[in-house]
Amino acid sequence: MGAHAGTSPLTQRELIAEYFMEHRVQVLELAAFLDRLDRARELDGDDDFRMRSVQDALKTLVDGQGNRVQRVQMIFSDPRSELLDELDQKSAKGAYDPEA
Amino acid sequence: MEYIDLHAHMVSRTTDDYRAMAMSGCVAVTEPAFWAGYDRPGVDAFVDYFNRLTDFEPKRAATYGIEHFTWMCLNPKEAEDRELTRRVLEVIPRYLELPTVLGIGEIGLNRVTRNELAGFKDHVDLAMEHEQLIHIHTPHLEDKWKGTKVIVETLAADQRIEPGRVMVDHAEEHTVDMILDNGFWTGLTLYPVTKVSPARAVDVLETRGPERICVAAACDWGESRPLAVPEFIMEMRRRGHPDSLIRRVVYENPIEFLSQSPKFHLPDREGAVAV
Repeated sequence: MGAHAGTSPLTQRELIAEYFMEHRVQVLELAAFLDRLDRARELDGDDDFRMRSVQDALKTLVDGQGNRVQRVQMIFSDPRSELLDELDQKSAKGAYDPEA
Repeated sequence: MEYIDLHAHMVSRTTDDYRAMAMSGCVAVTEPAFWAGYDRPGVDAFVDYFNRLTDFEPKRAATYGIEHFTWMCLNPKEAEDRELTRRVLEVIPRYLELPTVLGIGEIGLNRVTRNELAGFKDHVDLAMEHEQLIHIHTPHLEDKWKGTKVIVETLAADQRIEPGRVMVDHAEEHTVDMILDNGFWTGLTLYPVTKVSPARAVDVLETRGPERICVAAACDWGESRPLAVPEFIMEMRRRGHPDSLIRRVVYENPIEFLSQSPKFHLPDREGAVAV
């Protein structure tokens, strides 16, 4: 049993019956995106910090340790606490770049 | 089902949106001051914005039977300019006297810089001086955990702060515990792509329970959903939750938080729940 066991009113079978289709398509969308990257005119994104985060997140989904969404959120997060001396960019990029 | 959208940037929305929200059960909105998508050129632009928030928007909402309230601040996206922050802070107190202004917000952090934190503390001081509720924006995406931690630690170290009078908004799965465990209220923002979906918001409700949690659309000038709260209601029903629990989250909880301001009230019409 994972954390917060029993907090969903629906059974696993009920959740699968209700939600399988919309999550099936999300898996296919991600698979197609990864294939699209493989087919790109130039293969220049292997070291992109955002894609490294996605790869780490995908490993988290299947490692069997539960609490997936919080752990994936932290993969994408800046884990530091110190303040920036000045504004470097107006908007966030969606993943933490440790080399920036 | 009647609901209150505690976070909606209606200046960016059409009158048709007000109409659709009213037809789907919305009885009140609160609109924090925020970033226009570009930096305003000076304090006069803020005065014009604050005038619209306190005059035109309440009238536009009232056409559809929706009570409109607002919060005053310079948004953290513009807080890097300390001189502009100082000048805007000078004009805010006169708006705090107006009947639809509930407090200071949405203050907070964006990229978590020194000047942003200084501006945040300035606004907290202003709120304390004028005994105002506080509405807080937490940063986006990779900056959310870091920014929320700095905000929570800053407020927790301030002896003047009553956590129950502070809404720390835009919580997600990795920040909701630190907000609630320190006694603050929190909001789950039903915003596409960059915040939480209705399904994930229901997950948080299931794992944390409904105490001190609200949901809101935070609809603005970006791609967003003015009817996000009704979508959340539909998702709660789909997941097997009773209307009594749904009503607590979308109606009773916002009333409990917002009623700490004596200015908050619901539309005066037969059948409305008295506050």
